[in-house]
Amino acid sequence: MAAESASGYIQHHLQNLTYGQHPVNGWSFAHTPQEAKEMGFWAFHLDTLGWSVFLGLVFICIFRAVAVKATSGQPGKLQNFVEVIIEFVDSSVRDTFHGRNPLIAPLALTIFVWIFLMNLMDLVPVDWLPSLAGLVGGEHTYFRVVPTTDPNATIGMALSVFALLIFYSIKVKGIGGFLGELTLHPFHSKNMLVQIILIPINFLLEFVTLIARPVSLALRLFGNMYAGELIFILIAIMFANGLALGGLGIVLQWAWAVFHILIITLQAFIFMMLTIVYMSMAHEESH
Amino acid sequence: MNINATLIGQSVAFFIFVLFCMKFVWPPVIAALREREKKIADGLDAANRAARDLELAQEQANQKLSEAKGQAAEIIEQANKRATQIIEEAQVKARAEGDRLKEQAQAEIDREINSAKEALRAQVGLLAVAGAEKILGKTIDPQAHAQLVDRLAAEI
Repeated sequence: MAAESASGYIQHHLQNLTYGQHPVNGWSFAHTPQEAKEMGFWAFHLDTLGWSVFLGLVFICIFRAVAVKATSGQPGKLQNFVEVIIEFVDSSVRDTFHGRNPLIAPLALTIFVWIFLMNLMDLVPVDWLPSLAGLVGGEHTYFRVVPTTDPNATIGMALSVFALLIFYSIKVKGIGGFLGELTLHPFHSKNMLVQIILIPINFLLEFVTLIARPVSLALRLFGNMYAGELIFILIAIMFANGLALGGLGIVLQWAWAVFHILIITLQAFIFMMLTIVYMSMAHEESH
Repeated sequence: MNINATLIGQSVAFFIFVLFCMKFVWPPVIAALREREKKIADGLDAANRAARDLELAQEQANQKLSEAKGQAAEIIEQANKRATQIIEEAQVKARAEGDRLKEQAQAEIDREINSAKEALRAQVGLLAVAGAEKILGKTIDPQAHAQLVDRLAAEI
């Protein structure tokens, strides 16, 4: 680390472990950021996918273990913990979502816990896991451990929510109702001719509103986590620059980590809450 | 920072986790929660009912107790009355018995007196005859003077 320049260190930390179809090398790992860029769309960030799937499995395993042994009698410690989370999610869903759909609450639970766990990886000191990966795969292996700092992960989830939003809008209101919602609001006229003129204007407004939902959902989470990780990396650079800066770095690292506990929970909650709100909108007839 | 197929992978993983959660995680846990809620509600209900029952039972017990107290007082009063009655009866009986015994004794006494008088009378007759013999210096035939002697004895 000391041998690298600060900007090199930062860039190294912001590069994913990419496996994809390189125009020259075919399917292979990217050894430089340039190579990763050249791979275009058909490339996978193995670190992002690996950690998110692993953390998803952690979530599924813990909750499944509790679900299997769930008892209405006196709950154990783990069951109690899981029940608190489920109760919290359930009440959030009940407060906001008034339709009847058995998918919404589990969807909200998965989003909340999964994103929380992914964000939680931010609290692991920035060099630990990448150094470990470096030991395994060679010094220049790229490795990012926080999936939510990868826009692919957040956009992937936001698009999934968006797909559900479209799906349920059409399912509940019908294709006509969905299109009507896009074109007949907010400006409405009794006059047929005026209405036809108003349709493109309405569509423009409503379409922007619609598209803004997944974009804001994805970028809010990504932006928060990316900024948080960047600050951790900047603090980590201080460790390599003398005792005084290093000592300050330790204090800052601790302070930022404590503050970050709030951010990671809040971002997971916001993502969950907005998903519930969007699903609620998809299920409501008029707005 | 490249946008690439990772987001497809992430979406697929997302849907798989959500579906798994919907099928295998959410229903059992929420069912257990609802069941516990119901159990607690039932338990509270039962506790309320039990408290009401207890109150009722206490009321009944108090009522029974006061009834019993009243009955006991009545019984004691009756017993007292009966005791007084028995004592009075016994007194009457004893008095009657005493009177009877006294009468008996009186009769005995009277009989004794009479027999003593009879005996005395007989003795007096004999004494009178013996005295008269002494005075007259000859034997008096008691048979001959029996009438006289008897009259004498009767006079005494």
